[in-house]
Amino acid sequence: MIYLDNGATTRLRAGVLDAMLPYLNEEYGNPFGRSALNRSCGAAVEKARRKIAALVGAGYKEIFFTSGGTESDNWVIKHLMDPASFRENQGFHGHLIVSAVEHHAVLKPAEYLEKLGFDVTVVPADGSGRVDPAAVKAAMRKDTRLVSVMLANNEVGTIEPVHEIAEIAHAGGALMHTDAVQAVGHIPVDVKDLGVDFLSASGHKFGGPKGVGFLYIRRGLLPEPLMHGGAQERGLRAGTHNVPAIVGMGAVAELAAESMEEERAYEQGLRDHMIGRIIEEIPGAFLNGDTVNRLPGNCNVTIPGLENEAFLVRLDQEGICAAAGSACSAEASEPSHVLTAIGRTAEEAGCSLRFTLNYMNTREEIDHACDVLRDVAQELRKE
Amino acid sequence: MKKALVAMSGGVDSSVAAYLTKEAGYETIGVTMKLYENETAGVCSDKTCCSLSDIEDARNVAFDLGIPYYVFNFSGDFEKEVIDRFIHAYEAGETPNPCIDCNRYMKFERLMERGRELQQDYVVTGHYAIVEHDEGSGRWLLKKSVDRHKDQSYVLYSLTQEQLAHVLFPLGGMHKEETRRIAEEQGFVNARKHESQDICFVPDGDYAAFIRRFTGKTYPPGEFVDFDGHVLGEHKGMIKYTIGQRKGLGLALPHPMYVCKKDMETNRVILGENSDLFHSRFIVENMNWSAIESPDMDISAEAKVRYSQKASPAVVHPLSENKAVVEFREPQRAITPGQACVLYDGDYVLGGGTITSVQDTDGHTI
Repeated sequence: MIYLDNGATTRLRAGVLDAMLPYLNEEYGNPFGRSALNRSCGAAVEKARRKIAALVGAGYKEIFFTSGGTESDNWVIKHLMDPASFRENQGFHGHLIVSAVEHHAVLKPAEYLEKLGFDVTVVPADGSGRVDPAAVKAAMRKDTRLVSVMLANNEVGTIEPVHEIAEIAHAGGALMHTDAVQAVGHIPVDVKDLGVDFLSASGHKFGGPKGVGFLYIRRGLLPEPLMHGGAQERGLRAGTHNVPAIVGMGAVAELAAESMEEERAYEQGLRDHMIGRIIEEIPGAFLNGDTVNRLPGNCNVTIPGLENEAFLVRLDQEGICAAAGSACSAEASEPSHVLTAIGRTAEEAGCSLRFTLNYMNTREEIDHACDVLRDVAQELRKE
Repeated sequence: MKKALVAMSGGVDSSVAAYLTKEAGYETIGVTMKLYENETAGVCSDKTCCSLSDIEDARNVAFDLGIPYYVFNFSGDFEKEVIDRFIHAYEAGETPNPCIDCNRYMKFERLMERGRELQQDYVVTGHYAIVEHDEGSGRWLLKKSVDRHKDQSYVLYSLTQEQLAHVLFPLGGMHKEETRRIAEEQGFVNARKHESQDICFVPDGDYAAFIRRFTGKTYPPGEFVDFDGHVLGEHKGMIKYTIGQRKGLGLALPHPMYVCKKDMETNRVILGENSDLFHSRFIVENMNWSAIESPDMDISAEAKVRYSQKASPAVVHPLSENKAVVEFREPQRAITPGQACVLYDGDYVLGGGTITSVQDTDGHTI
């Protein structure tokens, strides 16, 4: 099998499982207990927190563990539903801005808030998937409380001008959130450089285990708790820590930081080779997303006239794992909201494929995948 | 190894069909067609249920069988080929059978085309019907299932020779009880699932409400009249009525009356006695000849003009390759435009088509 769906999830990076195993076995304490066993688990969680903080340039007190990117995103959006934004007989009020190319983990909570009475402005993206800071500026209102624009798009890989947008948000008195699920562990991410107040990430998207992620909350901010209960995560996200997963994410944070620069160059080389071959060998095929500001492993192409539903099954039959868009959409593929937001027709969106490469892929794999793609495209065009 | 794509609806029949296909040694894949959004069907919007819950059932069975499983979103085609036809038929005063259109345009056309793209040799469904190859004539024959109560050959009459050559109906030789028993034995999650009765995209059975919601149109009220033109009351829009209907007219009548005719031009529904519903002659169009090529002379056959009816002796006078006059030997109740007429020779489907009009004994359209 050739795995080209690293945007959906990744294999554990070497060394991560070993780091986790003790915490699935003899180190089974509850970090909040007061015995030696518990303390050593507490120490492991805090160590992981510092590693994560280091990966994104945050203070360790600014890192809050969650179950993953979706939970982090939901927390940030839904924390706007606080008592201060609620008025008797009027319900909730307030304004937030999200981009049209956000993941559903941001868009759906935003829609939910809209139902509760909030105003939501969805700012567009251009043909390359880039959100124009000027559009955000134009959308700002006096009562805008939050702007949420992702750092790197999960479908087309476009890296957004988050720093510029954060400045605009702050100038207008709003807070800035970025969903960095696809970026963390793959490209340098620094919360101070970005100037964001919140940043979401997920462990399994960069070689860690599933079921764990984190939210960076800038020091001084105190959002409404996500989970009310015990005092874990400073009382904001109650519930016993998922110690093995947190340890695994800490381990991978350290490893990813060490090898990021080298792997990034390698992935980019593979990616560009793949894009080049597809465009050259499959008539009509074109690239979606930005050619320069792009995730190192993302290759999203439209092959007009060839429905991706059939194409993906053929690739599956040939042992190639790819995707149509976000793995988080409903089971049956709908036209990608990202592709239609950046100007593709629904039909073109239905003829698009996403390949997300990582450091484990070899040049031979990519060449084989390109051969198969070319042959399957030819074969399907004949049908 | 031959490759087979099983259309899995999430129900017991197609689940067992998948199991039997795999057991028979085919390289098997399972597929569910997503045909409509729950919002379209007007049920449980915002909740993961109904059509998506059927997908969960199909997926669980496929996982248990260890076969690859895929969901294809054919909701665009379904709307065009099935829902739109369904609505147009009602708007034209007919009573359509959308399951036939779904078989014709979705399962054995769209899905079969997808199967070819995926290099599959067969499309498999959980229908109760049998396909045989007749060496003498070289034709593929569609035959009633062993379980007479479940026989679905009626809704499959439109399959062309080419399509019949590439379908498998593993349940055709079985009784429903046996299907259930296999599902139980295999521990399928849906072994005890209830049979679907209604039209899948109208789960509450209120098709008129579905049409109004879907089209956003209102269908104006008009008059109920008897055959002499006496006004009996006001009806609530033509689409609500079908030939032979007695219930739900909302009239207090001294004796039972039935919908006998729908006059679309005057927006009138004509009511009559039960005996007024019996006719013999009708026109069938858009015919597909199955066991035989289109005949050029009269033939005798048994004809069935609705799913739940027994086939009765009739004579077929071909008017062209795909149009014929059919005349029952004995008058039959509620022959309804829009429904299918399927012709049988014993257990074998000779052909079938859509009823377009009903005639009196003199050949005048009623």
